[in-house]
Amino acid sequence: MRESISEQAPESMLRLTGLNAFYGDFQALYGVDLQINKGEVIAIIGANGAGKSTLLRSIAGLIKNDASAITFNGQPIGEHRADQVAHAGIALVPEGRQLFASLSVEENLLVGGKVGRSGPWTLDAVYAMFPILLERRAQPSTSLSGGQQQMLAIGRALMANPELILFDEISLGLAPVIIGDIYKALPGIVGDGITAVIVEQDIARAVSVSSRVYCLREGRVVLQGSASEITRDDITQAYFGKVA
Amino acid sequence: MIEWSNTLVQGILLGGLYALFAAGLSLIFGVMRLVNIAHGDLIVLAAYLGLTTTVMLGVHPFVALLLVAPVMAIVGYTLQRLLLNRTLGDDILPPLLVTFGLSVIIQNVLLEGYSADPQKLSAGALETASISLGGLSIGVLPLLTFALAVVTIALLQWIFYSTGLGRGFRAVSDNADIAQVVGFNKAHVFGLAMALALVVTAVAGILLGVRTSFDPTIGGGRLIFGFEAVIIGGLGNLWGTLIGGVILGVAQTVGAKIDPGYQLLAGHIVFLIVLAIRPTGLFPRVAH
Repeated sequence: MRESISEQAPESMLRLTGLNAFYGDFQALYGVDLQINKGEVIAIIGANGAGKSTLLRSIAGLIKNDASAITFNGQPIGEHRADQVAHAGIALVPEGRQLFASLSVEENLLVGGKVGRSGPWTLDAVYAMFPILLERRAQPSTSLSGGQQQMLAIGRALMANPELILFDEISLGLAPVIIGDIYKALPGIVGDGITAVIVEQDIARAVSVSSRVYCLREGRVVLQGSASEITRDDITQAYFGKVA
Repeated sequence: MIEWSNTLVQGILLGGLYALFAAGLSLIFGVMRLVNIAHGDLIVLAAYLGLTTTVMLGVHPFVALLLVAPVMAIVGYTLQRLLLNRTLGDDILPPLLVTFGLSVIIQNVLLEGYSADPQKLSAGALETASISLGGLSIGVLPLLTFALAVVTIALLQWIFYSTGLGRGFRAVSDNADIAQVVGFNKAHVFGLAMALALVVTAVAGILLGVRTSFDPTIGGGRLIFGFEAVIIGGLGNLWGTLIGGVILGVAQTVGAKIDPGYQLLAGHIVFLIVLAIRPTGLFPRVAH
């Protein structure tokens, strides 16, 4: 196993090799190969059911995989439990926010810092980025608006001081102006040396903030390339398959 | 009149013990949606561990608690990690069946080890001591039991709402998957919750053993009292559980005052009335 790692580019932080993922008997991902280098922002796009969320859940440890199918900083983590993955330095901003309903705003952030990794993100740093959360810190997380909840979900993930952060559909169900606000915060996050994977329905926005793009269809990578070189037509074709 | 006030006070103080029966049950259900049928038998187990400790070391039951509580915590953590965690899932039936089986096993092990003879923990002069208060004579032991119940529930409340451990309990209870993603190992958190619940059980078991005689078969009855206190008070509300215990205790002593045969019946009837009028209990958990 050591050898196969050393053969590959040393700078890649996360590497998926022939990743197959299953929900029970249903196979959701077929031999996905993907790599992310340190400091990169990559976008994963694709239609509903293409396997984007499954991909993130596999990386985060919510779906068990072959140990060597996923390596993080050279370590195989495919078989790790989600909490072990979190301690290794990967954080997930889950689809639909999924805040802890019986915890206050501040408690959600504190729980995010549970792994105890040191780094730039503290309560104060998150409050500085999203001042509204400071105002609402003692309120139940359920009392926030959708956009504020998304900010809290992002803050919760940042509190872990991750090396790699996974964003799953952060604009889903939010008003365009709110989406704009949230994307404005992104450079402040990745500028701090955090590597990010963005799963997004809004293709134009995803491509605009990322350096490389992977497109999934029916559990397979059908297109990948640098964000500046991929054309609208490439994406359309990858999304819907070969036009007859 | 003074006689009735006395009955009322006895009932309230008895309610403290019932609240202790209930608190562990409530905690476990709140954190992991596990209905622990063996809870009553674990209380009796704690009483027997107290008995062994007092006999072997010749110490007071309250001193024995200092040993029984950590032992029960270890029992709880081990039980959760090795057995109960495997039963938890979308289906509510496996944990019910497994804890029912556990209940049978604990009863039979106690029967084998201690025989069916009723036993009692001796608290010495404390058992008969009483203080007079405006014509009422209040036993020191029931008063102490009630005070311990209040302190225990206050401590549980503090752990739940003011510590990192409590945040973990609530986060895992809210959304186990995402709690795991932020770094909580669910299996470990559940183990800690069961350990904490069985520490409460240890307190309850020692106080039960000091108050009345016990034998290996009485666990089922304690389980019912615990359930009734939890349901009357409202699921997921610890102070509600204390009030539920008090209501149950008062109902029982008032019933017994009317006719000694009515003691248990009166408690069950009050429980059924509450269940019929307020199925969620008197103080269901408010959004916190």
